Amino acid sequence: MSIMKDNREATMAGRRSDGSAVKRPLSPHLQVYDMLQMTSALSISHRITGIAWSFGVVLLVWWLVAAAGGPEAFARVQWFMSSWLGLLGLFGMTAAAWFHTLNGVRHLAWDAGYGYDIPTTYRSGRMVLIGTAVLTVLTWVIAVIAWA
Amino acid sequence: MATNEHTAETVLRSPLGRVRGLGSAKGGTHHWWLQRVTSIALLPLTIWFALAAASLAGASYIDTVAWIGRPWNAVLLLATIGLTFHHTASGLQVVMEDYANVEWVKVGGILAIKAICMMLALASALAVLKIAV
Repeated sequence: MSIMKDNREATMAGRRSDGSAVKRPLSPHLQVYDMLQMTSALSISHRITGIAWSFGVVLLVWWLVAAAGGPEAFARVQWFMSSWLGLLGLFGMTAAAWFHTLNGVRHLAWDAGYGYDIPTTYRSGRMVLIGTAVLTVLTWVIAVIAWA
Repeated sequence: MATNEHTAETVLRSPLGRVRGLGSAKGGTHHWWLQRVTSIALLPLTIWFALAAASLAGASYIDTVAWIGRPWNAVLLLATIGLTFHHTASGLQVVMEDYANVEWVKVGGILAIKAICMMLALASALAVLKIAV
């Protein structure tokens, strides 16, 4: 075998259980999926919301570090979080967090071997979307009541 | 040593090694499993934190610090911080592994992700401890 030029080749080289070499097919990428299908749309949304949340946790870090830093630092966080941009960011974070959490439960069920048939997959997908909307609104109702 | 009829290649791998299936990575399912374990642990913690954070909206500096400093809140916050950044680092690592095809970009990216997540986790944990202790 020659030297690899692209490390994707490493995932293509496999062995059958008898030890013989085989070139495995790569899993298909975005171009083969119909993104209007709920299954593929929710799948990539899980990754996107996960990445979005990774950036969102920086807000949590800022909030905690500022609280430890003192009243002035904390006032700056509060100014940002109650600004137009801050509220938009927090609202997006809330929706992304609830989606990733609920769809994560869906993934755990799949990992345990449940819910693989097509009707159940669509039903659980719809439940995730409805649950995300309900919990996002509920979280903000609590926030608005607490704020008022 | 097994030869096979499919290719002329010699298999430099013991039957036990093939059964274990760990390959050169040595890790097996460890990374995948820890992602699941942290996600299960984060489920109650995230629900708790989202609702608690919402009820702290508009709270004053004194009220917020008092809330963070309560023993149970501080313990749950520390657990949430550790697990969140562990889960974040392992999730972003998979994203790098999937999309970065140049080896040094992939390895450098994963190391950077781990370093940033570790620093953010330590900073958050120190903040909670400073308030609570």
